[in-house]
Amino acid sequence: MSSAVTETPVAQPRPGKKGKPALSEGKKAERRLGLLLCAPAAIVMLLVTAYPILYSVWLSLQRYDLRFPAQQKFIGFANYAAVLTNSYWWTAFGTTMLITVVSVAIELVLGMLLALIMHRTIVGRGLVRTVSLIPYGIVTVVAAFSWYYAWTPGTGYLANLLGPDAAPLTQYIPSLLIIVLAEVWKTTPFMALLLMAGLALVPDDLLKAAAMDGANAWQRFTKVMVPVMKPAILVALLFRTLDAFRIFDNIFVLTSGANDTSSVSMQTYNNLLKGLNLGIGSTMAVLIFITVAILAFIFIKLFGTAAPGSDTGGKR
Amino acid sequence: MGKGKRRVAAVLGAGMLASGALAACSSDKGITINIYYAPEDTFQSVVDNCNAQAGGRYHIVYNKLQRGADDQRQGMVRRLAAGDKGLDILGLDVTWVPEFAEAGWAEEWTGADKAAAEQGVLPGPLKTATWNGKLYAATKNTNVQLLWYDDRITPQPPQTWDQMMAQAQQLKAQGKPHAVLFTGAQYEGLVVVYNTLVESAGGHILSDDGKSVVMDAGAVKALEILKQVTSTGITDPSLTNQKEDETRQAFQRGNGAFELNWPFVYASYAKEQPADLPHFKWTTYPEVNPGQPAKTTIGGYDLAVSSYSQHKPEAFEAALCLRDKDNQKFSALKDGVPPSIESLYTDNTPLDASKPVNPDDNPSMQTAYPMRDTILAALKNAAVRPLTPAYQSLSTVISKVLSPPSKIDPQKTADELRSQLSDALQSKGVIP
Repeated sequence: MSSAVTETPVAQPRPGKKGKPALSEGKKAERRLGLLLCAPAAIVMLLVTAYPILYSVWLSLQRYDLRFPAQQKFIGFANYAAVLTNSYWWTAFGTTMLITVVSVAIELVLGMLLALIMHRTIVGRGLVRTVSLIPYGIVTVVAAFSWYYAWTPGTGYLANLLGPDAAPLTQYIPSLLIIVLAEVWKTTPFMALLLMAGLALVPDDLLKAAAMDGANAWQRFTKVMVPVMKPAILVALLFRTLDAFRIFDNIFVLTSGANDTSSVSMQTYNNLLKGLNLGIGSTMAVLIFITVAILAFIFIKLFGTAAPGSDTGGKR
Repeated sequence: MGKGKRRVAAVLGAGMLASGALAACSSDKGITINIYYAPEDTFQSVVDNCNAQAGGRYHIVYNKLQRGADDQRQGMVRRLAAGDKGLDILGLDVTWVPEFAEAGWAEEWTGADKAAAEQGVLPGPLKTATWNGKLYAATKNTNVQLLWYDDRITPQPPQTWDQMMAQAQQLKAQGKPHAVLFTGAQYEGLVVVYNTLVESAGGHILSDDGKSVVMDAGAVKALEILKQVTSTGITDPSLTNQKEDETRQAFQRGNGAFELNWPFVYASYAKEQPADLPHFKWTTYPEVNPGQPAKTTIGGYDLAVSSYSQHKPEAFEAALCLRDKDNQKFSALKDGVPPSIESLYTDNTPLDASKPVNPDDNPSMQTAYPMRDTILAALKNAAVRPLTPAYQSLSTVISKVLSPPSKIDPQKTADELRSQLSDALQSKGVIP
């Protein structure tokens, strides 16, 4: 699903044909050349992103189970009905949403703090930035394993803090908290990095002027910095929300989805690779794709997040 | 441009090297038979034996799969779904045979190979290697659970579940170790316990052809027992976290009076607590209906030949060798996996027949399996898990619905299982 970001509907307003001034021959030739030069890239993009997506949509409309190859047939939307009326799916959906909202909210606050610190650091700026980025540089699965062992009774220094027989990863709420913690630990630096880019946009003069007018630090933050940073904040939120919704590695390692901690990606994996049910698994993949598209749409259209790659930010 | 050309040349070069290496593999050393099998400590010796027997006609290579059963299955399935020709012999858990057969990944055993694979094999294990009345694998080893107890705590072991629960309550009242220990975590082990209870109660989860859900009175009775044993304070507090080894450890720590587990626990006990070993006793699994011996779920591994194998005749021959009588005995004595060939249970010659029996370095079935008569009795009256290609989904659904066992509401849980299992059989169900 990493294609989701590139597939985001980039709402470029097409100039109406009527108001368009006629192009000169030279301009037309230039445009043709431009299209021609883009074509190979566009075709490759279509092959590597559109084809798998369309193929999984096609699979999702069939009863296609590798274990019953003889019984493969087209069944329309029956798989969607099966998934959307299933309580396991909705439990996983709710869990995923919960993890997404909670972890992104915490990351935003911590990321902002970290960004402010990194922005204001005078001594050893490069070092501070590098050090704070380390968690993001560690492979998620590796980090997840170290969390797993830390929270496992016996081997775990963190589990042992909770008491001799504490096994937090076998209970619902504690394991959810640990998953969120692992996510936050890992991706806060990424959030901070994006926010720091936003902070750089805030002119010092503006802050000085606000200070002259008697605004205190909090007022300067909420009335000056946040509004100026808004596009950067929204982009950071968009990226992290889409990313968090696809959470897989941490859950796979920490609980394997036991105690209702399964996410939608985890469940898709189980149905596809454990259940060998290509129909149901693809249906889930398509549903995740649709959800991610809706999330992106909400961010871009309703909140006015600048679409990645476009030069004009703000609401259209 | 120069850079581009260099890159192309490099890719071509790499391709040529790779194809050269592949060619070298297949031509120089004769036929290679790749077996993909779970890690087993001394299995390489078995492979070496068979390679010596083959006399250079083929060479078996032991490819170790992952440790976890789910990972083993996925590793093979991914390759087979892509038609990988590099797999010749597949080491299948007894529950996977119908799935691999139905998907067209396992070759049917016929003629002389079939006769050799069936020779002297106990009927229970043999059933796990068949699907739709045809043989798709040769049994490599089997396994069956027993009831383990300490005769200092319970001199008279219980014969039925009711007796066992009553004894546990009495022991609890006396402040002695009392827990009934079994694999209660949300995984296959819980399904094994449930399947044994269902079969022992004379019930069925699926119909015999594996095509429809039954969930009859016996299946409900089994739910009642699971509920009763787990909700009356006679199980370990961390029951829902216990798999085979946690169960074994809990018993060895003195946290229980009864342990339902596979025979591997005996070897571990002998090694870790030799002083107490004379008190570590076993008996057949408790009955559900008094007077009707329990039907215990069997485990183990079968060997199948991949449909994509390029050397099927040799693969069949190699598979037969790897699980022949001598090698099954070797694995039983060295790796503790109970044989599927009946006559080995009465075999009294030690590993090295020319030397006297010595439990430490020249064991016989007698020294390594003092409980062999009990195992054989259990195997002769064994239950197999539902035979269906959808077993993996079934198992996931059952372990999910039964967890935690103390929350079971027999009639309601049975209805839930009935509907979810029939969805799973029709590839409609979502597995959690």
